[in-house]
Amino acid sequence: MTAETRAEARAMTAETRADRLAALLAAIPYARFLGMTAELAGDEMTAILPFSPHLVGNVALPALHGGVLGAFMEMTAVMQLSIREPQHRQPRTIDVTIEYLRPGRALTLYARADVRKVGRRIANVQVEAWQETRASPVAALRGHFLLSLSGS
Amino acid sequence: MKVDLEALVALGARMVEMTPHAAALGLKFVSVEAGVGVLKVPYRDDLVGDPQTGVLAGGVITALLDHACGLAVKAAAFDTDPTATLDLRIDYMRPAAPRRDVIARAHCYRLTHTFEDDPDDPIATAQAAFVRAGAAPRPAP
Repeated sequence: MTAETRAEARAMTAETRADRLAALLAAIPYARFLGMTAELAGDEMTAILPFSPHLVGNVALPALHGGVLGAFMEMTAVMQLSIREPQHRQPRTIDVTIEYLRPGRALTLYARADVRKVGRRIANVQVEAWQETRASPVAALRGHFLLSLSGS
Repeated sequence: MKVDLEALVALGARMVEMTPHAAALGLKFVSVEAGVGVLKVPYRDDLVGDPQTGVLAGGVITALLDHACGLAVKAAAFDTDPTATLDLRIDYMRPAAPRRDVIARAHCYRLTHTFEDDPDDPIATAQAAFVRAGAAPRPAP
């Protein structure tokens, strides 16, 4: 394989990933309900949730609903796995553990998923969500996800 | 502020109507009793998380459980003080059925730090999920 065709193959992979991500964001009604978007840097995805009034759980602070933080991080894990493991159908959640570290303020929320292990059937993923400062996460999630080959 | 059960019922209804995200999800108040809160999320197409199966997104279940747990804490304390969730662990026992409402019943079983020697008053609880080595992956349908 020449350097040129290798570069071409890489470019196609990046395009395929972007297509898959766009298709996921468009196809999952709940991702649209939340108002989620995402950006790719190679195979690493940053999920983005712009602030919107319908995400508020505490009007007095105001703060994002705890369910929104959990939901956004779970969706981040599912999407990152879908991009990393394109041969599998959309992963199904087995369990998630959510740690709430700080109130989610009325600001854009970001999340990145770290795929710790992909086995034959199960993937272990850790997610962190932050707002203005990456080093001060708002919440974290650890979860297991069931992988099934597409068509099964 | 200390309140009675009647006020908790009113609070439960307010918690789903006045919380923007709960209202956006369409959460409904079902019931409240001492230490227990029950809420419901009616099925809606725009809350689906997996278009292939049509079941509600895990995040909807997370938000429902979080909200129901908050109500259970208020129902255990008989007060209306706001609560903040420290952590939440969710194990999916089976997929929710498509086009069905989901009901959550939250039970607050520990409220204080006081400790007495009592079998009904455990010092620790654990939850875990296991993979059985012998269990084959489910065959394709």
